[in-house]
Amino acid sequence: MQKMKFWFLTPLIILSLIMGGPSLAAEKKAIQPAAKAVENVVIGFTASQTGKFNVESTRQIHGLSLWMDQVNAAGGIKLPEGTVVKFAAKFYDDESKKDRVQELYTRLINEDKADFLISPYSSGLTDAAAVIAQQYKRIMITCGAASDSTYNKGYTLVYQTYTPASRYLTGAIDLLAQMDPKANQVAIVYEAAKFSTDVVNYLKDYAQKKGFQVVLFEGYDPGATDFAPFIDKIPKGTDAIMGGGHFADTSTFAKQLYEKGVKTKMVALLVAPPEDQFAELGDAAYAVIGPSQWESSANYNPKAAKKLGLEYYGISVADFTKNYKEKYKENPTYHSAGGYVAGLLLQKAIEMAGSTDSAKVKAALDKMNLMTFYGVIKFDTAKAHGLQVGHDMVYIQWQRDAKKKLVKRVVWPEAAATGKPVFYRTK
Amino acid sequence: MFSHLLSSLSDGLVLGFVYGLAAMGLSLIWGVMAVINLAHGPVIALGMFTTYLLFYQAGLNPYLAIVVVAALGLLFGLVMYGAAVHRVIDAPHLSSLLSTFAVNMIIIGIGTAVFTTSPRNIDFAIGTLNLGPITIPLTRLVAALGAVLMTVFLYSFLYLTRPGKAIRAVANNREAAELMGIPSSAILALSFGLGTMLAATAGAFISTFFPFTILSGFPYELKSFVICVLGGLGHPLGALVGGLILGGLEGLVPIFMPVSWVPVVEFSLFVLVLLVRPTGLFGAK
Amino acid sequence: MRNLLRLGYLLPVVLILIWGLVVIIHGEDTLREKTFTLLMFVGMASSLNILLGYTGYVSFGHIVFFGLGGYFGFYLLAQHDWSLIPASLAGGAMSAVIAGLLGVAVLRLRGAYFALATIGINEAARAFVTNFGPFGGATGLYVNFSVYEAYGGASQALWSTFTCLWITALATIIASALVKGSRFGLGLMAIREDEDAAMVMGVKAPQAKTLAFMISAFFPGLIGTLYFFKNGNVEPGDAFHLHMSIELLVMVMLGGQGTVFGPMLGAVTYEGLRGYLLTSPLFKSLHLAVSGLFLLIIVLFVPAGVVGWIRHRLPITRRLLE
Repeated sequence: MQKMKFWFLTPLIILSLIMGGPSLAAEKKAIQPAAKAVENVVIGFTASQTGKFNVESTRQIHGLSLWMDQVNAAGGIKLPEGTVVKFAAKFYDDESKKDRVQELYTRLINEDKADFLISPYSSGLTDAAAVIAQQYKRIMITCGAASDSTYNKGYTLVYQTYTPASRYLTGAIDLLAQMDPKANQVAIVYEAAKFSTDVVNYLKDYAQKKGFQVVLFEGYDPGATDFAPFIDKIPKGTDAIMGGGHFADTSTFAKQLYEKGVKTKMVALLVAPPEDQFAELGDAAYAVIGPSQWESSANYNPKAAKKLGLEYYGISVADFTKNYKEKYKENPTYHSAGGYVAGLLLQKAIEMAGSTDSAKVKAALDKMNLMTFYGVIKFDTAKAHGLQVGHDMVYIQWQRDAKKKLVKRVVWPEAAATGKPVFYRTK
Repeated sequence: MFSHLLSSLSDGLVLGFVYGLAAMGLSLIWGVMAVINLAHGPVIALGMFTTYLLFYQAGLNPYLAIVVVAALGLLFGLVMYGAAVHRVIDAPHLSSLLSTFAVNMIIIGIGTAVFTTSPRNIDFAIGTLNLGPITIPLTRLVAALGAVLMTVFLYSFLYLTRPGKAIRAVANNREAAELMGIPSSAILALSFGLGTMLAATAGAFISTFFPFTILSGFPYELKSFVICVLGGLGHPLGALVGGLILGGLEGLVPIFMPVSWVPVVEFSLFVLVLLVRPTGLFGAK
Repeated sequence: MRNLLRLGYLLPVVLILIWGLVVIIHGEDTLREKTFTLLMFVGMASSLNILLGYTGYVSFGHIVFFGLGGYFGFYLLAQHDWSLIPASLAGGAMSAVIAGLLGVAVLRLRGAYFALATIGINEAARAFVTNFGPFGGATGLYVNFSVYEAYGGASQALWSTFTCLWITALATIIASALVKGSRFGLGLMAIREDEDAAMVMGVKAPQAKTLAFMISAFFPGLIGTLYFFKNGNVEPGDAFHLHMSIELLVMVMLGGQGTVFGPMLGAVTYEGLRGYLLTSPLFKSLHLAVSGLFLLIIVLFVPAGVVGWIRHRLPITRRLLE
């Protein structure tokens, strides 16, 4: 028996000794300097390879890597003084938890010598990373982080690609008013987490300002699976049900609304509806509306840019969709587009600055006002520095095509619409 | 108001049966060997995934799949007992808590690697029941019925069969049972297997109406703790009653306050019952 | 006080002292971040050990004190402009008070019932904070980046936070040693062995248990405030990870419960192992399963933990490892 213990313990003690320090020293440097005129720029970030943000984060990283492949394959960025900038990625798993985000970002900056940073997925994790980015004076482009509050904390180097939470669902109110001018009651049921709470607080104010009565305003626990208590609380005759949170809970909510036979004119929910997977709900997905940062049917192109007096930069919508599909065998979602555009903006800013110096790139980002395949990009440079003020949401709705198949159509704003909105279920 | 009460309460109670079934396994294991199985949640999740795989890979009807899930659950429990529980059965509580938690980590770890954490759905609907203000999906009603059947099954097993009686004897007094010639190790393993079987079955039923990930068992594990304390640790029938109380609460509380206060009420009640009557509301001793 | 001078108590104190000094003198940020996480767990595990190791009560709710105390301290920082040190002390004090109130009630429970009650408390606390307006509800609280200016810029603020944490970890270990070497500690250990017998022998068990509970709750509250300040924000989900409570149990168990040195060793080993598994390409996706297997082996074959095992095998080390 004693001998057995010995065999279990010896490796244990040795292991704990090894773990102390040299494990880091043993790691090879990721990038070898190639030719003289090539400057390798390291982009650092954490990815949620495990945990609850796994799906969204993976798409975001896919988008980013697609951009990196393309820019490197095209020979990098040529700076005025002759050097060629190429990009390399360095990242760690954050387990969808905040615990190690700061440790990992510090490591990315100091040991992996990351020159620029991309945010983790989700507002909570991004908040933790932003402190580190600002402290080391590194520019961080955020994607998958829509909360407004991050940009009210006095950061000067954090730039947002997503339309912020304050403008996330407000379009649904406008759409409802247009579909039925008599509609005046809305029930809001949301995930009690940072992002969705931010969204619905702004939504509630907006709805009330527009003369709507908010008949129910309740949050559910992240990870909730049973929505019956909330659905039972929605008064009869409510015109619209809005809210949701992340993919899993929101699709369950939609499913149970259908099963419970709820009658209302509009159901507009966060995050889940734009995902292709949402159609797996079948009948329960029908007529559900969702805000999306980007859709492959979006009509952003040089012509539209010209109309607005803006420059169009980078890949076209069609090419992005095609290349992404080829590489990952799935349709890109707005998370993918967000990841791609984060890299694209860095590329543009470096080109504009003619340098990889953070201060110069920052000046370029501050000035930026252009259109990409992802839409218009412009950052607030006043009080809420870095907040996205150019980009707009589109609202999609699941409808049936001639063959009764579920299809996703853009229904709002009218300029971008590919279909007419329909009521959810009134009888 | 009245129709709201009716619909909310019926929703809660139907779910309460399923909570009860999920808790029954935990309660049985506790009653027989005073071990709190912290791998209870992951076992529930395994039940969900097994049903999922049988449904999509083998095209099996979920209700038929449950039979397979139950058998596998029993087997898994036997293996788990031998690997992780037997050695610490007489050690202080901390040891069995940690060894079962280690199994929890292993299941979650492998499960995350294999299935990722994106939610799965068993797309299986058999219609809904409409009775005035009450609208209940039939999958939930069948699950409630299943929970009752499983309780009947468990009781007939415990009271009518030889191994069942042996389990009760061991639960009552292990040493005395051994003196009577009952192979206590085998009986403990069997009870552990029955416990995980019940948990896996509960998972299978839940998977027919809620989406799930490998982490989805955890909320039911927490609820099971509450239920076991309400109904008295170690009393399977108490677990069913405890489940109904919890379900009823989940139906009633939201009528008077925001739904998000439900857990506060639940867990405060839980701590209160523990303090006032640690043997549970229906505890015998 | 004389007890503290025993070699076995001095060793962990001196180790932490040197460790922190090396990090501060070395002045490298990555090392500081790595050490911050480790020292945080050293403090958390050592404080849990005061209840778990000495008194024998298994608590799954240690993280509640980290969460509630941290929330309270951070609330004072963010909403009432307190500075870091008084705010973190207030956070710790708040945790101790809550522990005192809770302790009077739940410490009457024994064994697994106590363990279950602590799980309930953890969930109730999380649900409560999610609904509690002054603490920002579901969106939590945050500080403006400019707050760090008062500490001489963000970089300096993080170093100051690190220094505070280092001192807290030291204080935890010293408190742990003081408790163990005192008459009070002997009383606790008597409770651990047989509570009824201890009461017969004149140990005032309810008071002693509650006091131990309060001491063990004080440090997590302090650490919580420091940690949230460093993060710049706090949300309910970050503050009440039931999972982390259990990891703390694993650390204490791994190093050796009821010893001063054990929890510290356990925390460092466990975190080191996890960090290693997370960054190794081979185990990346299986790190949780590997840690689980590791824990299972420890529980089944070396229940006394590393320190307990070494003490048992090499009696000569007994003076060194307590």
